[in-house]
Amino acid sequence: MRYIPNTPAQQREMLAAIGVSSIEELLVRIPPKARLSRPLNVPRAMAEPELVRHLRGLSAENADADRYACFLGGGSYDHAVPSPINHLILRGEFFTAYTPYQPEASQGTLRSIFEYQTMIAELTGMDVANASIYDGASSLAEAALMAHSVTGRQQIAFSRGVNPLYRQVVETYGEGPDLRLKSVPLGDGVTDVDALRKAVSANTAGVVIQYPNFFGCLEDVRTAAEIAHAAGALLIVVADPVNLGLLEPPGAMGADVVVGEGQGLGVPLGFGGPNLGVFAAKQELVRRMPGRLVGATVDLDGRRGYVLTLQTREQHIRREKATSNICTNVALCALMATIYMSLVGKRGLRKVGELSTAKAHYAAAEFARIPGVRLRFGAPFFKEFALQLPKSPERVVKRLLKDKILAGVPLKPFDRQYKDSLLVAVTEQRTRREIDAYVAALAAAVA
Amino acid sequence: MPASSYDTLIFELSSPGRFAYSLPESDVPESEATALLPKEYVRTTPPELPEVSELDVIRHYSRLSRMNYGVDTHFYPLGSCTMKYNPKLNEDMARLPGLARLHPLVPEAAAQGALQLMHELAGDLAEIAGMDEVSLQPAAGAQGELTGVLMIRAYHLARGERRTKVLVPDSAHGTNPASTALAGYSVVQLKSDENGEVDPGDLERHLDEDVAAFMITQPNTLGLFESRIHQITEMCHAKGVQVYMDGANFNAILGITRPGDLGFDVCHFNLHKTFTTPHGGGGPGAGPVGIKAHLTPFLPVPVVAKTDERYRLDWNRPQSIGKLQAFWGNFGMLVRAYTYIRTMGPDGLRAVSENAVLNANYVLKRLEAHYERSAPGPCMHECVLSARRQKRLGVTAADIAKRLLDLGFYAPSIYFPLIVEEALMIEPTETESKETLDEFCDAMIQIAREAESNPDLVRAAPVTTPARRLDQTLAARQPTLRWTPSR
Repeated sequence: MRYIPNTPAQQREMLAAIGVSSIEELLVRIPPKARLSRPLNVPRAMAEPELVRHLRGLSAENADADRYACFLGGGSYDHAVPSPINHLILRGEFFTAYTPYQPEASQGTLRSIFEYQTMIAELTGMDVANASIYDGASSLAEAALMAHSVTGRQQIAFSRGVNPLYRQVVETYGEGPDLRLKSVPLGDGVTDVDALRKAVSANTAGVVIQYPNFFGCLEDVRTAAEIAHAAGALLIVVADPVNLGLLEPPGAMGADVVVGEGQGLGVPLGFGGPNLGVFAAKQELVRRMPGRLVGATVDLDGRRGYVLTLQTREQHIRREKATSNICTNVALCALMATIYMSLVGKRGLRKVGELSTAKAHYAAAEFARIPGVRLRFGAPFFKEFALQLPKSPERVVKRLLKDKILAGVPLKPFDRQYKDSLLVAVTEQRTRREIDAYVAALAAAVA
Repeated sequence: MPASSYDTLIFELSSPGRFAYSLPESDVPESEATALLPKEYVRTTPPELPEVSELDVIRHYSRLSRMNYGVDTHFYPLGSCTMKYNPKLNEDMARLPGLARLHPLVPEAAAQGALQLMHELAGDLAEIAGMDEVSLQPAAGAQGELTGVLMIRAYHLARGERRTKVLVPDSAHGTNPASTALAGYSVVQLKSDENGEVDPGDLERHLDEDVAAFMITQPNTLGLFESRIHQITEMCHAKGVQVYMDGANFNAILGITRPGDLGFDVCHFNLHKTFTTPHGGGGPGAGPVGIKAHLTPFLPVPVVAKTDERYRLDWNRPQSIGKLQAFWGNFGMLVRAYTYIRTMGPDGLRAVSENAVLNANYVLKRLEAHYERSAPGPCMHECVLSARRQKRLGVTAADIAKRLLDLGFYAPSIYFPLIVEEALMIEPTETESKETLDEFCDAMIQIAREAESNPDLVRAAPVTTPARRLDQTLAARQPTLRWTPSR
């Protein structure tokens, strides 16, 4: 049997050593009425070549970003993944290791997480970062829970500029602790500051904004920080770390917690998972943080080494009193991001941001020249923007699929007031030729 | 250079002006960020990321990798974690461009292959667990637990019942009480009997109208099948209590018995344990949740549905508990698990559990004269020993674990379950050969002898690893959680 090395002779030998005559005798504690009396009804075993053919068939039915020009964003982006990442993560010592509970035999993982924590702290402008949460949305949920436990308050002022999918996750996580989300409307593409001021009170645990927000627009983080802090609430900023090579980091503008989706840092699109939940905070919040933390220490010989630390926050020690239930996180995705950030370095990451924003602005200007098409919002944007179309965005998307263009994300399912709009993302991967072809195809589709 | 003498962080390799990236020049007219963005949004202080060459990166991380033990290099008998071999074929399949390079928000018509894979995997897992529906969305076991408990909560609330407590045995994984508390319940701990089994009498005393759920691990964390499981689930159901199975130990029961047939209402799967997706040094995993039909309305959105040979994401579920992550689940892990299930087939899956049980019992038999057993009789896929006897000689479970590292093995789980003194929890898995098990047992027996003849040797371990014992107290007292540049 594939992946099972015991031969029938060895099985007999082992059974004899145990002192039983069959494996059945080892299962005596399972009562007869609990036993499955038939084979499992799952498909028969396939040999490797047939299985490869089958999966290639499934793969070929999908419109992937290799064969299509991908202008989709909304929380997942087609940024370039440099070749060395895949080679390095596939080293079995990284790939097939468990959580580093035995630090002497896990220094590789521990040191890479220490590097990751440093890089994320640098990018976000925060003091400390944890070893990762599942994805950007669950990371935001953890941040909201932390704000609740730090302040003892129930309410979260939640900008409508935050990815609506994230909001759903926060609502789900907030069910047990009874978090109350108070929506803060947008002005012209960014959070309405007066509305935010009205929404925040002595019951507000945290203010949540996204920067750049779900619609691509740049929020006024500093003002949001002033409003949150004046009420004794934490400012939680959702940010895509890949953008922070170029953009001013939220930490420099008053954020108390920065969370976000780190998929753009070298993690494949992968139909939305696994992703990389980034979580960074100010020093004074460190003992309230969720998830694993790696700290530096020394070994018996006085040499520098690394361990999981401050574990008294965690479920395996504190059980129901833990700061979070998280155990397995996404260490390998964090390693991918660490290698990515090492490869592109400080200048490369800035260049990724410059190319993305330049191409996005070029595309937006070209689209706006099409009769009937306009930019939905007037606020400054970064690499993503909403287009208002004279025809149904769903239909346009379907039509452009024929031209091998993934045109964008129709906004109707996210927010009905933008049902005439399409969210378009442009990364450094898109060429001018692809943008021009898209513009021409869109012009034809809406004519 | 020996792995142990490499003590450099990537930042310390940095040299200004060095780079490893290759990005195209701009092909659009205006590319100055300062001309495109308001200047207050443009970063003034660059992040302190390293400036290194590609070979610097390759060599650095290759060297770091050599400081780790992984399943590919070492036997990894870590109990409760199912550190089995992770097939390379799974990796090739997960990297097919139509799966790896697929954006989550493509139109459904452009993701039919991916949705089909998810639909079929959910069906296979439902069959394996004897459940009616499976949600693939949870990202790991703990998130699966939260999902399951929230569905139970929604179920009771929909029936107009505000139950407040969840029962959890004292032998449970820490995530069980943590997830339960997160879902808004108070946790009541039940005392296990001397075999780590649920005591029905104690359970009876705790079951009342305020109990929402009973959460148990089957087989339990002592590696024993809860033989009174039907009685337990019937007692719970008589009081309207839902029964949740922590599926961490699913590797023991594939094709042998099914949670759904035992009376469980909810169970989760750890695809990174039973279904061979790699652990990656701490994730990503995947924690799908199986449920009985009465919980269907509460499944997380969206549900992958099939209508007339077309697959779609069904969002129209008004009673849903909501979402656990932004998109549809850890799809890359789902591809690997799907590949594995298709590789094994029904007979192969059953052989997995049979051989996992055989291997664990073989290890138990070989070691029982040298270490105390935690319970009598055969075990399932893992066995729990106690280093109580060695502790009297001044050698702890932790010392034994460290000594194993020197002898070329990763360590068993130690000090878990909490109800066993000096616990050594050994899970060999079915992918290890008798030869490897014998080498491991020889090492364990050698250590038991060393505990008697030369305890200092064991207490001084490890000495061959890239680091010797590390000062945990120092790390926690003055936390240094990042490298700091000398600016």
